[in-house]
Amino acid sequence: MLRVVQQGLKLAAAIGLGSSLLSASLFAGSAQAANEQYFPLQSYRVGPYAAGGTGFFGGFIDYLQYVNTKEGGVNGVKFTWSECETEYVVEKGVECYERLKKGLNGAPAAATNPLSVGIAYATLERSAADKLPLITINHGRTDSTDGSVFPYVFPLQLNPYSEVSAIINYIATKSGGLDKLKGKKIVTLYHGSPYGKETNPILELLAKKYGFELTLLEVPHPGNEQQSQWLNIRRIKPDWVILRGWGVMNPVALKTAQKTGFPADHIIGNIWSNSEEDAAPAGSAAKGFISITTHPSGTNFPVLQDIDKVVLKAGKGNLQDPKRFGTVYYNLGVVNGILNVEAVRVAQAKFGKRPLTGEEVRWGFENIRLDEKRLKELGAYGLVQPLKLSCSDHEGGGAVRFQQWDGSKWNVISDWVQADRKLLRPIIEESSHQYAKEKGITPRDCSKES
Amino acid sequence: MEFFFEVLLGGLLAGVMYSLVAIGFVLIYKASGVFNFAQGSMVLFAALTFVSLLERGIPFWLTFGITMLTMVVLAWAIERFMLRKLVNRPPITLFMATLGLSYMIEGLAQAVWGAQVHGLELGISDEPLELGGMLLSQFDIFAAGVAGVLVIFLSWLFNKTRTGISLRAVADDQLAALAVGIKLQRIWLIVWAVAGFVGLVAGLLWGARLGVQFSLSLVVLKALPVLIIGGFTSIGGAIVGGLIIGASEKLAEVFIGPIIGGGIENWFPYVLALVFLLVRPAGIFGERAIERV
Repeated sequence: MLRVVQQGLKLAAAIGLGSSLLSASLFAGSAQAANEQYFPLQSYRVGPYAAGGTGFFGGFIDYLQYVNTKEGGVNGVKFTWSECETEYVVEKGVECYERLKKGLNGAPAAATNPLSVGIAYATLERSAADKLPLITINHGRTDSTDGSVFPYVFPLQLNPYSEVSAIINYIATKSGGLDKLKGKKIVTLYHGSPYGKETNPILELLAKKYGFELTLLEVPHPGNEQQSQWLNIRRIKPDWVILRGWGVMNPVALKTAQKTGFPADHIIGNIWSNSEEDAAPAGSAAKGFISITTHPSGTNFPVLQDIDKVVLKAGKGNLQDPKRFGTVYYNLGVVNGILNVEAVRVAQAKFGKRPLTGEEVRWGFENIRLDEKRLKELGAYGLVQPLKLSCSDHEGGGAVRFQQWDGSKWNVISDWVQADRKLLRPIIEESSHQYAKEKGITPRDCSKES
Repeated sequence: MEFFFEVLLGGLLAGVMYSLVAIGFVLIYKASGVFNFAQGSMVLFAALTFVSLLERGIPFWLTFGITMLTMVVLAWAIERFMLRKLVNRPPITLFMATLGLSYMIEGLAQAVWGAQVHGLELGISDEPLELGGMLLSQFDIFAAGVAGVLVIFLSWLFNKTRTGISLRAVADDQLAALAVGIKLQRIWLIVWAVAGFVGLVAGLLWGARLGVQFSLSLVVLKALPVLIIGGFTSIGGAIVGGLIIGASEKLAEVFIGPIIGGGIENWFPYVLALVFLLVRPAGIFGERAIERV
């Protein structure tokens, strides 16, 4: 019987039965003119991660729609986009990339934004070859922060190393200083995937540097059963648990923590454990749960209030469920929209008020300067952290805030906490230079870039 | 030693949750000799329908009734449009059909109810219960009770009722059963509806634990080794298989995991199942297939 099941699985994978009906590409957006700037969207609105995909791409599209409606695009160049359903499957993501990279009806592609570690890794080299920026906001390959080796990849705002460094700094603040970390017990519960494991060496490095006792516990994918890990945690009696989860692993972690008597307010979720979809399904078990965020949820920011007025109330919103307006994933989409549009705006100032090539938009990303004044102009002060990107720094920020779940919503409980970027930079460069060596890449001389 | 027993008990209770899903497979297998790959999707569909209706303010038991009715309609549609066309076809054909069905139900569930993740509170506390220094989950104990009631009900249905006996006849030989006047379509409708009911119960318990989301359909991954060990044709076997898998995977993760790197509880049950396949291919309680060659 097992053989029959295995045969069936192989055949089903080949045929892609049934699901193909729903995974057919969904094309949207206008397709009229070549005087538009195009965003190819490798979105995922069905499948296991659809909740994140619909929120993120909903926010992204609403922001593009907002700029088109309110300002007539950037300097008269309107945005256009089309979606290609990936279901978060890497092969489909690559297929979508190939299909959409050439633009739409003459409108050139500005950048790709897959919001998927797997798809990002799979299209990383293609992006460089096609000279099309690959935006991996808050995720992606850490060493792509080094733009001299990865000119077309942008892990905007926060790379994975910065994420854990900021969490340790927050724990230090709570403990009374970095020197007080010595002797503390910290458990990291991580998703059993390359994403989950990526930050383990950095945590080990930080444990050695600050003298805390680190235990790394793996949760096999998808993470719907964690009894043994939490019994281990009960035995270890840690001061803090860092939750590096994904999808269903997050609510299950919180529920199992409750079952084993571990307090939720000593669990700190990472950037993919920080949405309403991660906390709400855990019900009362999530109350007190802390997580990092690069962008608060909520609708009180001027840009969001304007999107509500100009896009949502005009019936042009992309969200199927309007109640999700202002949620973590939606706001991440809006932030992503702000950064992409800003890159186009910056690039237009140099190259002209016209649709730009990917290469030109890349320059725009590298020259993003978001200070307090500019963020206020954009209506995004407090929603987006100050960012200054450059040839050598494709992350730009590296700061997070901490939020706490009160049972129904997130409340921000800290100011910006900065990662120890000076400590991380040599590690990032070592890795990027190793990559350059393996791939025969000659790193750009960033001192000559302008 | 106390820790060992705590892990063991926690594992046994987790195993009962796997059994709940495995029972749905057993029902279909007993009636048609087919491994119903769509059982996980049925769990998802039932739970998603239930929680979506509940969130619209419909009372709990009315929601339960409407969802059950939906599962009966689904069972009717499956029988009418899929199974009826496949009578007496080889098991692999039926298996492939359930594979396609699985994707269709998953797609249908998301198309109708959306892709959002829902929380589900059944009103059962999940605060830990301390027993001799060990912490036990009240929710898991409740789930074990539900599984027990379900096993008693299904055993009665299969062994003591006319429908149950007809069902076993169909499983043995569809053509022979038809020849003696058993209405195959009715039997299949009943068994798929009962599988839908089991899916609903499993969906509610798993949904309360994981949140009602797409990943619910992945709980079937743990049902397969349970079935290999317990046997595909025995409801009691599904329970025993679940207990063995639950306890062994937890003990392996806690005590062997640290030695070989951790994260082993996903594949360990399959290793155990493979060992069983070599030693006892029909599982502990499964019926040995004897064929004239």
